[in-house]
Amino acid sequence: MIPEIGHFSLILAFCFALVQGILPLAGVAKNNQALMGFAMPAARAQFIFISISFLCLEYAFFTNDFSVLYVAATSNSHLPVAYRLAAIWGGHEGSMLLWVSILAVWTMAVTFFAKELPYSFRTTLVAVMGLVSVGFLMFILFTSNPFERLIPAALDGRDLNPLLQDPGMVFHPPVLYMGYVGFSVAFAFAIAALIDGRLDVTWARWTRPWTTVAWVFLTLGIAFGSRWAYYELGWGGWWFWDAVENASFMPWLVGTALIHSLAVTEKRDAFKAWTVLLSICAFSLSLLGTFLVRSGVLTSVHAFATDPSRGLFILLFLIVVIGGALLLFALRAPSVGLGERFDPVSRESFLLANNVVLVAAAASVLLGTLYPLLVDALGMGKISVGPPYFDVVFVAIMAPGIFLMGIGPIARWKKSTVPELATKLRWAFGISVVSALLVPSMLGKLTPMLFVGLFMAFWVISSVFTAFQIRLSQAGSGDLSSKLKSITPAFYGMLLAHFGLAVFIIGVAMVKGYESEQDITMQVGETVKIKGFDFRFDGAKPVSGPNYHAQQGTFYISKNGNAVTTLTPEKRFYPVQQATMTEASIDVGITGDLYISLGEQLEAGAWSVRIYIKPFVQWIWLGSILMALGGVLTLVDKRYRSSNNKLAQAGAYEA
Amino acid sequence: MKLKLLIPLALFFIVVGFLFKGLYLDPREVPSPLVGKPAPAFTAPVLGDASKSFSAADLKGKVWMLNMWASWCAACKDEHPLLVEMKQHGVPLYGLAYKDTEADAQDVLKQMGDPYISTATDANGKIGIDYGVYGVPETYIIDKAGVIRYKQIGPITPAALRDKILPLLKELEK
Repeated sequence: MIPEIGHFSLILAFCFALVQGILPLAGVAKNNQALMGFAMPAARAQFIFISISFLCLEYAFFTNDFSVLYVAATSNSHLPVAYRLAAIWGGHEGSMLLWVSILAVWTMAVTFFAKELPYSFRTTLVAVMGLVSVGFLMFILFTSNPFERLIPAALDGRDLNPLLQDPGMVFHPPVLYMGYVGFSVAFAFAIAALIDGRLDVTWARWTRPWTTVAWVFLTLGIAFGSRWAYYELGWGGWWFWDAVENASFMPWLVGTALIHSLAVTEKRDAFKAWTVLLSICAFSLSLLGTFLVRSGVLTSVHAFATDPSRGLFILLFLIVVIGGALLLFALRAPSVGLGERFDPVSRESFLLANNVVLVAAAASVLLGTLYPLLVDALGMGKISVGPPYFDVVFVAIMAPGIFLMGIGPIARWKKSTVPELATKLRWAFGISVVSALLVPSMLGKLTPMLFVGLFMAFWVISSVFTAFQIRLSQAGSGDLSSKLKSITPAFYGMLLAHFGLAVFIIGVAMVKGYESEQDITMQVGETVKIKGFDFRFDGAKPVSGPNYHAQQGTFYISKNGNAVTTLTPEKRFYPVQQATMTEASIDVGITGDLYISLGEQLEAGAWSVRIYIKPFVQWIWLGSILMALGGVLTLVDKRYRSSNNKLAQAGAYEA
Repeated sequence: MKLKLLIPLALFFIVVGFLFKGLYLDPREVPSPLVGKPAPAFTAPVLGDASKSFSAADLKGKVWMLNMWASWCAACKDEHPLLVEMKQHGVPLYGLAYKDTEADAQDVLKQMGDPYISTATDANGKIGIDYGVYGVPETYIIDKAGVIRYKQIGPITPAALRDKILPLLKELEK
């Protein structure tokens, strides 16, 4: 009964989404207040019914209702409760339900927190989001119904993939989707602006916080995912340039470009058509990512490839949404205008360069991701594109961008000069070059890549401090604390996010430059010495968990005779899926991790063992979190609240 | 309207074209490295009459197909009726009972019809290893010179039969 309620609620939600998408747009076109009035109530009703549907499916998972096909396929009665509830997004159907649920959350937020927007504009916004929801709900109802029954019911479920049985599974997908789907708001803003034919400073000011929130979620989601892969996959990598990862990284790159171009649109009324195009592209890449992951064209699950109906459906949806948006852009962008002019050397120019770099980087990732498909479609054989391509091309594109990133915040709006910038930054440049040479020399190994990486990081850090110092000196008279207070949170947020990127780069450079890994066979009691650490293997013993049994190895680690830590990696066997998983054990440290994972059991209690030393690897995620915090800081800027209200009250945008 | 504003739309439609094509390709389908190479030689007992032996070398000078199947394989049963139909059209099909017992394999042929001119047994899967089998059913087309010209991974579909297999057999027979 409960699953049928869930299914029925989903159908109702679909009906409300239709109302939300169609009637208000007709109202805006005819300037009919009554029709426009449908937008907010329909959006809220849609949210309520999608929530009911989601809770019904969770209930089926919670009660182990294996008469629901999807539950039987992704859960098991022995699965711990937290994972049973998270298993809802462990497969295709539930992931799509999560997608629309989060879209409904964002739409709901727009109906509540965007009250300062002119009524017709807000109506268009909600209606566009409703239309996106219509497409996804149709997709779920016609091709991927999570409530489909399995008669007779299965005795027990086939279990959640053991790879996904990890605390990361509880947080990573919802946070990532919050980011992914959050770009739908910026998309709707862009469409509404194109329909309205007006795009000005106020528009940019409204769009910015929504885009930033989505970007913060996406940043955190990707960072969580990367950290999860690091400890779960058992070979210490943190980024694999896998199609699914790229699918989330491309919207991030374009979203980052969008945040910067929105800043220019708001401050200088420039880059207008470009900002709209980026808003469309960021969400289009989210949709494309969904298509790539869900259709099976790249990382195929065999069944999808033989039955391409799901893929075909999403593809048609992409054509309608993205094709429609880009057509609207081509028709209406001239009315939006290009915006103010600026000098070749100015902050606008540096931000434009930043945009070009980020978009080129996203395009290179897209090309690498789709390349195997292109080659195959042209009948030129099967190839795979991996880290050798991405590492080289991506770094080559990003490095100049990061250099410019140091200059941008120091350049003045509209007009700056090269000698002026050179004077301001000469110390930062000198310090960066010297420290990028000095630090690796002290650590005993200097390679060109290490130099480039560390130079970039130190350059960004020193220019962040230079920018801060310049802004402080411009803050007028008064004591330090009043000067510090006069700087806007948005500026602090920018500095923190840039600093976070530098921390991230240090992590990447140090890991690439100094990591060491050993694949060895260890007898019980044997000790190996790696980079000054003594690893002693004290044997493995059987342990068992709620739905697996495992061999747990014990490693005693010391340095110069002093105990450092004891690590206990496991080799787990999950009987339901007949799957063996390796559970790495990691000693996390700010200057580096000790990472051990078990390979195969050999004769006489010996094991093949992988030992990694990963210097500064945590800085990769620490840097990402700082970037996200920087984004959060920009949101508390009071400009987004008070002035918005004033403008709306003044009716600056009312038709 | 400025034409350059249509560039994003045009790029998008190029990508869509490839994605559409991509939907009908299987990214996991890896071409066999054996295509274009001589079929590995083997001699194995004939199913149902262990005193006789089946040898790939005996078929030199003929075009033939080798279908690897097993009684425990569900996809093979899906494929079976099509194979029987192929036999009626005179397709030179030989079988290899992969990792199967004599009795089980013979049961299947009794119940569902025997599409094979002759079936070799590969009880321990050694011939399968030589051919790089990673899942049954798999089917090979071998030409008069004993060279593998085509490999079907998974069941033969009516489309693959019509568009690839039958035209290739015709061409090789010339």
